[in-house]
Amino acid sequence: MLEKRIRVLIAKPGLDGHDRGAKIIARALRDAGMEVIYTGLRQTPEMIASAALQEDVDVIGLSILSGAHNTLAPQLMNLLHEKGMDGVTVLLGGTIPAADIPALKKAGIAEIFLPGTSTQDIVDFVRQSVEAKAR
Amino acid sequence: MSSRHEETTRRTASGQPGERADEFTTVSNHPVRRLYTPEDLSGWEPVRKLVLPGEPPYTRGIHPLMYRSRLWTMRQFAGFGSAEDSNQRFRYLLSQGQTGLSVAFDLPTLMGYDSDHALAEGEVGKCGVAISSLADMELLFDRIPLGGVSTSMTINSPAAIIWAMYLAVAEKQGVDWAALNGTLQNDILKEYIAQKEYIYPPKPSMRLVIDTFEFGARHTPKFNAISISGYHIREAGSTAIQELAFTLRDAIEYVEWGVARGMGVDDFAPRLSFFFNAHNDFFEEIAKYRAARRIWHRVMTERFGAKSPRSWALRFHAQTAGCSLTAQQPYNNVVRTALQALAAVMGGAQSLHTNSLDEAWALPTEFAATLALRTQQILAHESGVTSVADPLGGSYFLETLTNEVEAGALEYIRKIDAMGGMIPAIERGFPQREIADSAYRYQVAVDRKEKIIVGVNEFTGEEKPLETLQIDESVRGSQTERLRSLRAERSSDAVQRSLSALRKGAEGSENLMPLIYDTVKDYATLGEICAALQEVFGTHEEAAVT
Repeated sequence: MLEKRIRVLIAKPGLDGHDRGAKIIARALRDAGMEVIYTGLRQTPEMIASAALQEDVDVIGLSILSGAHNTLAPQLMNLLHEKGMDGVTVLLGGTIPAADIPALKKAGIAEIFLPGTSTQDIVDFVRQSVEAKAR
Repeated sequence: MSSRHEETTRRTASGQPGERADEFTTVSNHPVRRLYTPEDLSGWEPVRKLVLPGEPPYTRGIHPLMYRSRLWTMRQFAGFGSAEDSNQRFRYLLSQGQTGLSVAFDLPTLMGYDSDHALAEGEVGKCGVAISSLADMELLFDRIPLGGVSTSMTINSPAAIIWAMYLAVAEKQGVDWAALNGTLQNDILKEYIAQKEYIYPPKPSMRLVIDTFEFGARHTPKFNAISISGYHIREAGSTAIQELAFTLRDAIEYVEWGVARGMGVDDFAPRLSFFFNAHNDFFEEIAKYRAARRIWHRVMTERFGAKSPRSWALRFHAQTAGCSLTAQQPYNNVVRTALQALAAVMGGAQSLHTNSLDEAWALPTEFAATLALRTQQILAHESGVTSVADPLGGSYFLETLTNEVEAGALEYIRKIDAMGGMIPAIERGFPQREIADSAYRYQVAVDRKEKIIVGVNEFTGEEKPLETLQIDESVRGSQTERLRSLRAERSSDAVQRSLSALRKGAEGSENLMPLIYDTVKDYATLGEICAALQEVFGTHEEAAVT
């Protein structure tokens, strides 16, 4: 059976240059057999949304360590909605205060991964959420 | 001796599980043997390699008495929100016994954008203070006499501009520049390698750095023109050896450029300072600092023919490892930080920042920041380790590890020399790839529980969340308003004149510091000045390595 490979866009929105986490996740998902596109640094929400559309991804993984998540993540969610891409699962990783998590989830972020998360947990989450949507 | 130990341990191991693991390694995956004896150091001459603290090659420290004469500078990196917010935190820290200031700037400032730029949305005042013009800088140092503090500023691409603002504040306060103490981070090479806050391509960026060296040698004899930083390289996931090697090779690059500009090495090398990480692996970190001093002495004397002992001695600031802090069980971070800080002290640091327990979640609260400062004060005044210069000197293990770390770093330095220096190495992604590989290897080891992180992959348990610092979202609004009135009140003719003089200067080869100083004094904004230089210098784009 030819199974379609899961396609993931790993994106660094905002001005933050801390890319250790983004690169590790990109490599871990790739090692798990997924197709991974990494945007590189300093992407606006517009750039990320169009890259996601162009690359026809199932999942977007955002990495933000600068504290700008409350601004940037909801902006991206709005753009995805406008483009009719509500089916894309959006994940967020980085330095995210616990108090901000409920609002981010309400904005449509599927899951927030904090420092210390194992890459296996992220791989599993991606697989499960894509499978759940395929059903 | 070690063969006798080998025999004994083999006998006790028979039938019994002898050791907990098949192999023991440092956090950097460097192998560690079960025992170290004089045999490990055979052929190694303490008389030449070790000598005394304060004597070249400074393995044992750069001062004869080390902390018996003067403690390290306790320098807590701080800055958030508006200039007024940060000014208040600075004055609080000074009142609590902190002995030096260290300014954290927000991302727009680090990237050369004013607070009202579109790309600054959501980032203003978040991970540091927002500084868009001299007017903000005046508020940041309000009621802090610059003649009486030493100030470190973590700024890189726009370092020359921010420094010009600092010098302008000093001038307004009536402080002689020659009396100013402090450090400009100003290390652009590690931005391309690790932290990624670059604006211009490497060559014009290097020119700006050398301009500050030249200007500083002439006007600010006590101010460190650069802090050549391994910290960010390590945070990006390098090993201890990579941190050391890439930092020292960056330093060699700066010295080569300074010499090529026509400066005598001894005219600027004494103002070069270093900044290393203080990570978890206690002995490996101490070995790294000792090896750093020894290699630098050799580089300065043999490679550059420096004559002044002040050029030979590597002085460094250390910061405990932010990347080692855990979001889980955050109070454990207090213990981690204390151990890391102890390694920095045992390694002979000249100044130190200790991280706060809540920094895997957010910027520190005042409570957490105070506890971090108290950690240093306890090390300094209660632990007793400050009563002896280089208390660990002569340890078979530490001396062997120092030799090994030194050899590993020299090997990398040779490799980068063979590539034609650090800029070609960066352009081909060499240090970036080495670091990404090490970071991934470490993550895999953690995921497999080959490396244990307490509270994360072992000894886990639920905890109630911490109270964290909330940054007022209104900073962007108030900054935008302040910029609007600044632009209305200043002389726009003067600003246009000084900016176009700067652009013209940038097209030539003169030292840009005096021209930058003029733009700052006319209240041109950081964004305007950076954009003027960008028109001439262009923009750096990296090919992302994953």
